[in-house]
Order: sequence, then C-alpha cells, then structure tokens
Amino acid sequence: MADPMRIRAQAAGDKTTVRVLMSHEMETGQRKDSAGKPIPAWFIQEVTTAHNGKTVMTAQWGPSVAKNPFLQFNVKGAKAGDKITVSWVDNKGDKRTDEATVS
Amino acid sequence: MTKQRFTLAAAAVLALAATNAAWAQKSAADGIAEYRKMLEDGNPAELFEAKGAELWVTKRGPKNVSLAQCDLGKGPGVVKGAFVELPRYFADTKKVQDLESRLVSCMEMLQGFNAAEIAKTPFGRGEMANVTAMATWIAAESRGMRFNLPQGHAEENHSYEIGKRAFFYRGGPMDFSCASCHSVDGQRIRLQDLPNLTKNPGDGIGFAAWPAYRVSNGQMWSMQLRLNDCFRQQRFPYPGFGSEATVALGTYMGVNAKGAESIAPAIKR
Repeated sequence: MADPMRIRAQAAGDKTTVRVLMSHEMETGQRKDSAGKPIPAWFIQEVTTAHNGKTVMTAQWGPSVAKNPFLQFNVKGAKAGDKITVSWVDNKGDKRTDEATVS
Repeated sequence: MTKQRFTLAAAAVLALAATNAAWAQKSAADGIAEYRKMLEDGNPAELFEAKGAELWVTKRGPKNVSLAQCDLGKGPGVVKGAFVELPRYFADTKKVQDLESRLVSCMEMLQGFNAAEIAKTPFGRGEMANVTAMATWIAAESRGMRFNLPQGHAEENHSYEIGKRAFFYRGGPMDFSCASCHSVDGQRIRLQDLPNLTKNPGDGIGFAAWPAYRVSNGQMWSMQLRLNDCFRQQRFPYPGFGSEATVALGTYMGVNAKGAESIAPAIKR
C-alpha cells in the first residue's frame, strides 16, 4: 500500500486553493540499476480530484513528472468544511485516495 | 490608428526593457533563493516527517516496543527541542552522540535491533531509511527553535575540539579540508552558497538546515549523509555511520551555530 498523501485545502473568497504532495517513486523506465539492468517504469498515470464527491479535475500523467510530485489547483465555489478528495492510479494498478476538509 | 499602434508598440518595448533591467540586477544567489521559495510550499520532506512520526510510536523490532521511552537528551520520550541540543553526552552509552547515532542506540536498547547492522546499511535502504525519516520528524519538532548545544561535560568539550581538528585537517588526493570551502564568507561552488561554518552562519544556514530534501535526486538527506558526501567530495575514505569523527564535526558546527534558528527539514536544489 502506498504512503499517504498530504493535502491542504484553503478557501479564500469563492475559490479554494488545494495543495497536494504525493509519495511516489515516479520511475521513468529510462534508468539502469547498478547491475546495468533497466529499472522498470513505475509512475502515476491518472489523477482524479473531487469536490464533495463530484469530480472536478482528471489528469493524465506520464513518466516526466517528478518523484514525490506536488500538485496545486483551484476549485471554484468550494467553501470551508467541504470535502476534497484526491486519488491516483499508477501503471502497476496501485492506487491511493486521500481526503481533506477545506479550511 | 497607426499612431495608436505605434504608441502601443513603444509601450511594449519600454515594458520589456524595464523587465530586462530588473533581471540583470538579480544575482544568481537571488535566483536560487527565489527557486527555493517556490519549492518550499510543497516540500516533500513532509512525507518523510509523517513517516517518521508514525515510526516513532509504532511497536517494532525483536522486542516489539515503540521508541516512546527513547531519551534524546531532554528525558525519556521528550522530542520537542531535542534537535537543537544535539550532539550531546549520554551517560548510558558513555558517548557524545548526534541525533542519528542516538536513534540507533535507542533502537538497539529499547527495540532490540542490531545497531552495527543498521550502521552498515546504505542510506535510503531498510532500517537506515527509517532512521532518516525519524530524524526528519524529530528535527521538524524543533523547527523555529535556536541552537544551544550543551558544553558542560568534559566529553562534550573534547568532542568539539576533535571536530575542530577534523574540520581543519587537510588530506586526501586533493589536499582538502572542510575549511578549504567552509571557512570564508561569501564563497560559492558553482551556484551553491557555501556557509562559513567556523562561526554562526545565520538562521537556517549550514547545520541549521539539515536534514533536507534534495529535489535533484528526490532523496531525504540527513546530517550523517550530508557529512558522508562532504568526505566523498574531498576524496576521503567514507566515514563510518555515527563515527566519532562525524559526531565531533556535528558538535563543532552545532556549537558554532549557537543562536541560529533551525529551519530543518529544509529543501535543497
């Protein structure tokens, strides 16, 4: 099971800024290990974010995204107390979902 | 119409010139500071902090106990403020220890882990990765506090003196010492500012910035790994993990940094 994400969601006016830190290796598949064998690609492929259960953004990611990625986005109309959910699925089928409350 | 277009174009050129001037005035160090500021908002060190906090309270090891009774110098289980007073002398091990070597001692004494086995593990693997994560969390618990290493015990004075010797000791194929790079103000290596470690280099600089997350390789670097890499860059043999030399260098830098505010865990390029 993957390590948890860190999600912060802060409301200001009618928009909420969400900052997400994900814990992932994000291996490109281009690197070789000390024995010279290629390290298999392992990266987050799909990111889905929801506001009170309604999907507000989906993103397709590839191997060019950094290790332990940081994602920031704005949600219009989200208020304090609302729930923001972030989920990802990687190319090995591993997934992780975390939830945060807007403050 | 033509005239209006001309005015617009002229305004655009002027605006461009102004931005160029602003860019030219910015030094490389300012650029790096700005880059770090941008990265700070999502410092992945937080992920290691969270992992370390959980490891601290988890029952682990052959004895299946947590580290809740580990004494980091301020009494069993006291974490807040411990980081800014390490390395220090510990009566139970009869040694001056830094944060990481102390953690390994606790893991051996309380949890029954094999300390020698952990010390041999490469950084970032197995239990060594856990030690780094816990060190990150413990450092974070003292964020914003000021360094104040105890120097009351004879062993602590001794450690400082050894550290000073090691700091100025020149050797290796390049005839380098730590002091070659770290004893002058305002030195740089490529684009990295080199702190002057013979005195307090300022808040959140040098000893007060590690453990830190290295963006370029995605690794969490503890003080022991930082020192290990300094030795590598000098083409010295690798020092042993938690060895007397590395702890003494920590004591030397820590005592010199008295009064500096800790920002650890920081973020580095």
